[in-house]
Amino acid sequence: MIERVCIVGAGTIGSLFAGHLAQVVEVSVLTRRREHAEALSAHGLRVTGRSNLHARVEASADPAELGGFDLGLICCKGTDLAAVASALHGRAEGATLMTVQNGLGAEEVVRQQGTWPLVSAITFMSGTRHSDTEVEYILDTATWLGPYRETPYATVEEIAALIESTGLKAQAFEDLRPAQWSKLVFNATVNGVAALTGLPHDPHFAAESEPTDLGRLVHALVEEGTAVAQAAGPGVADDPWEMNVLATQRGSAHRPSMLEDVEAERPTEVESINGALVREADQFGVAAPLQRALYALVRAREAAYA
Amino acid sequence: MRIAVVGCGAVGSLFAANLAQLEDVEVWAYDLDRAHVDAINADGLRLVGSGEVVGRVRATTEAGELPPCELGIVATKAMHTESAIAATAPAFVDGAVASVQNGLGNEEAIARHVPRVIRGTTFPAGKLVSPGVVQWDVRGNTTFGPFEPSPATEDQVEVLADACTRAGMPTQAAADARPAQWRKVVFNAATNPIGALTHLTHGRACERPDLRALITGLVEEGKAVAAAQGVTLDADPEAMIDHAARRDVAYDHKASMLQDVEARRATEIDYLNGAISRLGRGLAVPTPLNDAITALVKALEDSWMQS
Repeated sequence: MIERVCIVGAGTIGSLFAGHLAQVVEVSVLTRRREHAEALSAHGLRVTGRSNLHARVEASADPAELGGFDLGLICCKGTDLAAVASALHGRAEGATLMTVQNGLGAEEVVRQQGTWPLVSAITFMSGTRHSDTEVEYILDTATWLGPYRETPYATVEEIAALIESTGLKAQAFEDLRPAQWSKLVFNATVNGVAALTGLPHDPHFAAESEPTDLGRLVHALVEEGTAVAQAAGPGVADDPWEMNVLATQRGSAHRPSMLEDVEAERPTEVESINGALVREADQFGVAAPLQRALYALVRAREAAYA
Repeated sequence: MRIAVVGCGAVGSLFAANLAQLEDVEVWAYDLDRAHVDAINADGLRLVGSGEVVGRVRATTEAGELPPCELGIVATKAMHTESAIAATAPAFVDGAVASVQNGLGNEEAIARHVPRVIRGTTFPAGKLVSPGVVQWDVRGNTTFGPFEPSPATEDQVEVLADACTRAGMPTQAAADARPAQWRKVVFNAATNPIGALTHLTHGRACERPDLRALITGLVEEGKAVAAAQGVTLDADPEAMIDHAARRDVAYDHKASMLQDVEARRATEIDYLNGAISRLGRGLAVPTPLNDAITALVKALEDSWMQS
């Protein structure tokens, strides 16, 4: 039975999970900033948009202050993951941990810090954080989860059922890796191109009529990424090109996180997304020259911050 | 002898002010920047930096005011070649017109309006600091040769090269100017958009091994397209790129395309990487990296229309 859930990292995704899960289980939140934890403990967490909720949560920036829990959802950014995982070292005995990071390799980073059973997850839901205590739920798309290595599938099913019982969408997979690869190829391409061009994920990304149209490049990047996924074994579940085209037809164009990061001169997730893809390409002997160029350009763009 | 400079920005001003030092040359300048033209007519055209000269130049914003000229030098940004030469062509009916512009396709545009054309490549660089005043940043050589489909005579090429050289801008008259032009195009196409997309100076871009490898990939594609046209570069762009990256050369230089991006001005991408891609397609030479870079920079330009 999952009775106590700890949300590790209360950005947009962590806040959406915390607000919804608090309706059905006891929820604690581990934040990076102390003021954030104090605000949550004092005022609770409000979810607006597709849900209208107000949740009481126990929050702290110090892992030593948190009580025990059965399930930890690790929702921090990939760039913070190593620090977060080492803060959990020696704690949360008996808990199952679920990683929700973009890119590849989050499970291995957490595994280095303890023997918890791990569940892999990727989420397609989105929202906007309006303050430390308010998050707007925007896209009600699903979170997909699957077992990491020896974790029993029954554990995954139980977590998926728990998430669904809160009104969020979830789907359990016996093997999540093809879906992870779909999202990795999609993210590496769309995030990288958006960060360099300043364009939100708009119809430029699907335009292919002229030789220099951006969709031609996006398509070629997706094909390279898919070839890496196939060489690495899992292949892709959904075709990332189709995912791209569909996403550009939604009306209001999404601003990928890497674009927002570059505009605010914040560190991006380029290492865990584009870097992960290129390292897999190297390991499996796939050339991927365009993905390699995109990775080099985004890394360099970050190096040019003032 | 009369020489008209068409497009009197930084590079055009270097030619105009230096040529105006010669006793036997009368220099005219055509430019649309009214304040610049007025300042030139009032106080002369002043160069500062690598050379300090003031040239007496007759400047105008009206193409119709240009008298018949023996020689023309077009120095506009590549996207303005067509309109500038269309306006000024009557002055060159009996003369020859050279391009000293960036990229590919300028001579073709000039040849649509005047009968005798000179292919040119120039390395000096500078920037306009105020009306009538240009900072001369970099000295360098110029190469002129006949534009093959509508060639100027050997004499015309030599007269222009000789005048520039006497004026303090070392210039070579070549039977074939394409090897020099392609060297500069390949250099620019491999480095300019990298600065534009990453915001790094030339030196900082070159010290990142993964980015330097991308630059090499772009150089290789450019050389392959040149080779498919029968052009062998007259020097190795890789050596030029490494030389420019030295701290005492151009480590801190921001590529002109990066300056365009920072000012949100249209770039010359269509005449550099875009031209390499287009020619490559026609010659069945694959140019995937130049295609990618072209698409990225054009998309970046498009993003400015949205905000």
